[in-house]
Amino acid sequence: MEIALAIAIMALGALLLGAALGFAAIKFKVEGDPLIEKIEAILPQTQCGQCGYPGCKPYAEAIAKGEAEINLCPPGGSEGVQRLADLLGREVKPLDAEEKPKQVAVIDENTCIGCTLCVQACPVDAIVGAAKQMHTIVAQQCTGCELCLPPCPVECIQMVPVSETIDNWKWRYPVIAIKATAMRESA
Amino acid sequence: MALSGNCDQGNRNERERLMLKNLFKFHGGVKPPTNKTQSNTQPILAAPMPSRLVVPLHQSIGGTPRPVVEVGDKVLKGQLIGQADGWISAAVHAPTSGTVAEVAMHVRPHPSGLDSLCVVINPDGKDEWIAHGPADYAAMSPADICSYLQQYGVVGLGGAGFPTHGKLTLTPSVAMEDLIINAAECEPFITCDDLLMRERAEEIVRGTAIFRDMLKPQRVIIGVEDNKPEAIAAMQAAVKQLAEPFSVIAVPALYPAGGAKQLIRVLTGKEVPGAMRSTADMGVQVFNVGTAYAAWRAIGHGEPLISRIVTLTGNVHAPRNYEVLIGTPMDELLKLAAPHPDTDGILMGGPMMGFIVPNRQAPVIKTTNCLIAHSPRFFPPAPPEMPCIRCGACARACPHELQPYELYWFARAKNFGKTQEYHIFDCIECGCCSYVCPSHIPLVQYFRFAKSEIWAREREKNAAESAKDRFEFKQLREEREKADKAEKLAKAAAAQAAKKAAEAAAAAAAPVEGAEALVEPANPAPSQTSTVDAEKEAKKATILAAMERAKAQREAAQIKNTDNLNAQQQRDIAEIEARREVIQPTAAAPANENQA
Repeated sequence: MEIALAIAIMALGALLLGAALGFAAIKFKVEGDPLIEKIEAILPQTQCGQCGYPGCKPYAEAIAKGEAEINLCPPGGSEGVQRLADLLGREVKPLDAEEKPKQVAVIDENTCIGCTLCVQACPVDAIVGAAKQMHTIVAQQCTGCELCLPPCPVECIQMVPVSETIDNWKWRYPVIAIKATAMRESA
Repeated sequence: MALSGNCDQGNRNERERLMLKNLFKFHGGVKPPTNKTQSNTQPILAAPMPSRLVVPLHQSIGGTPRPVVEVGDKVLKGQLIGQADGWISAAVHAPTSGTVAEVAMHVRPHPSGLDSLCVVINPDGKDEWIAHGPADYAAMSPADICSYLQQYGVVGLGGAGFPTHGKLTLTPSVAMEDLIINAAECEPFITCDDLLMRERAEEIVRGTAIFRDMLKPQRVIIGVEDNKPEAIAAMQAAVKQLAEPFSVIAVPALYPAGGAKQLIRVLTGKEVPGAMRSTADMGVQVFNVGTAYAAWRAIGHGEPLISRIVTLTGNVHAPRNYEVLIGTPMDELLKLAAPHPDTDGILMGGPMMGFIVPNRQAPVIKTTNCLIAHSPRFFPPAPPEMPCIRCGACARACPHELQPYELYWFARAKNFGKTQEYHIFDCIECGCCSYVCPSHIPLVQYFRFAKSEIWAREREKNAAESAKDRFEFKQLREEREKADKAEKLAKAAAAQAAKKAAEAAAAAAAPVEGAEALVEPANPAPSQTSTVDAEKEAKKATILAAMERAKAQREAAQIKNTDNLNAQQQRDIAEIEARREVIQPTAAAPANENQA
């Protein structure tokens, strides 16, 4: 009798807890992988495809699945690799490309023939132009992905490094001058 | 010396009377040697006309004004040369009459030493004013006055250069309690506000009255540090003369009492929360004393802000205050004070918050209050930085009650998230921590570095987010266009099918008429034999097409109604067929003729 009661109590408990867990699983279901979003927040969103994936999101998904290395994003630079490594607990690897300064594309408007090929190639719609009309690039929107370079039939697009202006100028890290006086004092 | 000795007794009594007002104390602060006596004994002198004026368009916080003059234009003194761009922006004017020599990039007084767009004017020496006169102040609404001050380029002259009209709009939900005129001038060496108050107190009070009329505060306080007794006396006399209910209060000299939040604390006891962007949200508004003067010059005389008082001091023979046109090159200006030969740089602003101007040709702008000739003798190079010993002297000196030693640690390690947790953006870069640091750590430099890195990251993050949005929108648009196209094609195909079916049905209903109609366009064709090839080709194509259609219809007709026919119908059909046999060769004939 007592055994039966114990089993019944345990069974009831299991049933209740099971129901609670089942409810929680439905109620607090996480849509998608939050890790992908976190990885995507670190990626620079240039949508350049230099990592071999068609955009930043596919690359983030590949990293989250463990299919891709974390050092494939040249625009993110070594700092991006570092941050991905911190997030994912992976080892920091040297960047699998040379690090470039931030650039923007500039169309030589005298050479442009108005073919609209670059307009179609731009992943962020930063190129303005219509057929047989001169095109131009909205510099603020350009991510420097270089995707407009290959389609241009007259090679009129150039990558120009972003110059330093008063608006984007940064204070330098304080440099501590090593003084010869210190050596004299110690000597 | 004699002057201060004479005034001493009277001032003490005056000071004691003023001290009766209950003042408050802010945390920390330092007392560096003031070094003000060198430059405050001589009256203000108008600086001679420089050889050329380089007027940067971007002189205040906010949007960069757009140039409205071109190279070669003749401009008059006070003529608009830069139109304000947006609400938080102020116009820029020609400081003298002359010719526009350039609208080009020139160095700006900024720690970066970088260029910005400037209008270069070659003065013609006549200094000829544009037509100007006092504004009809009584008839102007507050909004009119705001846009007037914007048009006349009035910005905060204390250092930050915030457009003044931006601070004159009331927060509807908060009643304005205190209007504070900041005349503390706590930074060492600088005496431009001191001299301005001594000589032009009346105009300052009139300017303050404009701000009072705009903001309608409960009280107006002019806060002056107690090391400027002559200025306090002049201000009190002016207030009495104009019968304004303003109180001129001497605040104890303690750096940085001239910081807006510190002065509010000292005069009203109100503590401004760190995160609060505008002090107007708690019913207090602070203006620099020079700003009040500039506002009066604009409204009472119709003169835009084209000159200001600049203290020339430091390593010079003749330190003094000059009224300087905006755009005067600094090296040319400093020559007036006869710098000693060992001068190796120009410090703009005071020694606590100022910076060495990277290029001495940089022009004086609206926020240039003081130029100090720098020399190693005057400012010995900082001893080498030593490790932080966590003594806490910086935290005791910090007027914002921050923990600079912690901030230093995180900024040095580039741990920017942590610096924000320790409220790095509450730091006003007053330099008290660096001043007291026994290890000579340039703390403020670390904080400036961290702040600008955080801003840069913020910009990058926003750019990435906008790029992501645009990319996603482009993908969405492409999908939509593809779907639209597919839908259109499907619709066209359906329409085509429906048309065919309809045609078939029509043919079935009246096969004879259809056949007869087909003959007509075919018949007149042979008569026009002498036409060009293209026309022939076109006709031929039409005929062929018509024949094809007729054939198709015939077939369709045959397929559709051959069953369920009565005898009469069968007879009719036979008759028609017989007629068709006759028609057929005639219909085909013209095509053959044409070919021949």
